[in-house]
Amino acid sequence: MKTHVIVFPGSNCDRDVAVAIENISGSKPDMVWHKNTSIQESDLIVVPGGFSYGDYLRCGAIASTSPVINEVIKKAKAGVPVIGICNGFQILIETSLLDGALIRNKTLSFICKDVYIKPENSSSIFTEYNNVAKMPIAHNEGNYFASDDTLEKIKDNDQIAFKYCNADGLVNEESNPNGSLDNIAGILNDRKNVLGLMPHPERAAEITLGSDQGKNIFEGVLR
Amino acid sequence: MLARIHITLKKDVLDPQGKVIANSLSNLGFEGIQSVRQGKYIEIMLDGNDKNSATTKLNEMCEKLLANLVIEDYSVEID
Repeated sequence: MKTHVIVFPGSNCDRDVAVAIENISGSKPDMVWHKNTSIQESDLIVVPGGFSYGDYLRCGAIASTSPVINEVIKKAKAGVPVIGICNGFQILIETSLLDGALIRNKTLSFICKDVYIKPENSSSIFTEYNNVAKMPIAHNEGNYFASDDTLEKIKDNDQIAFKYCNADGLVNEESNPNGSLDNIAGILNDRKNVLGLMPHPERAAEITLGSDQGKNIFEGVLR
Repeated sequence: MLARIHITLKKDVLDPQGKVIANSLSNLGFEGIQSVRQGKYIEIMLDGNDKNSATTKLNEMCEKLLANLVIEDYSVEID
């Protein structure tokens, strides 16, 4: 099992992801600095959370032009599984690997708390399990937005990966932390090998952390 | 040449910051504010004096990096 975690200046969840991957798969991922221009054969690439390039211009915008990202795009287009978490999701959105945009939270505040999400799709390797999962969010720009046409397209094509819900799995306004369109917490690309999500599964990947329900998202790939 | 670029959220994108600014202005006693939309202003100094080719280049800069066309509109002026 070969896995890779991309590291930007300002990434701060890279080591959390590395620990989660090692615990689940039994092998350490390679940490890939953003200036690298190639990634070897990979079974999973993770673009982790943080504040790449200090969130200058727009969250993820500068990172989406960094040398390593061309390689991530190439690998994603070749079918390699790629997960972007939080700032990683913002970066993948800025590369156009994923549709839509992530704008300022409706509340205008940085939100750091546990939320519940549930898979909306069962055709991807990231969403095979069907349970409600508890994990934290920690972001200022996680409010998912898409034009009407794009929203229709991602619905028709089964590209919504996760929605915010309550502990019982009910998707409602009260369980939407940031104003995301249709309670969307994570989406997939057309081919379903690229996942972006705002919640942090790596921060809920062992019981010591309060929940190990985030593990499921990685297990489909790492098993 | 000096290029001035304005980047604003598209009309159908919610601008919570604009709303809060509008509320604050009302709190300060400014009347008659219908709405506030906020955005970014970027200045770029360019070599040369060919405005046409500069405009093409600036549009490309906006589309590739400076603006996110999913949520933002931009306008370019050159002095």
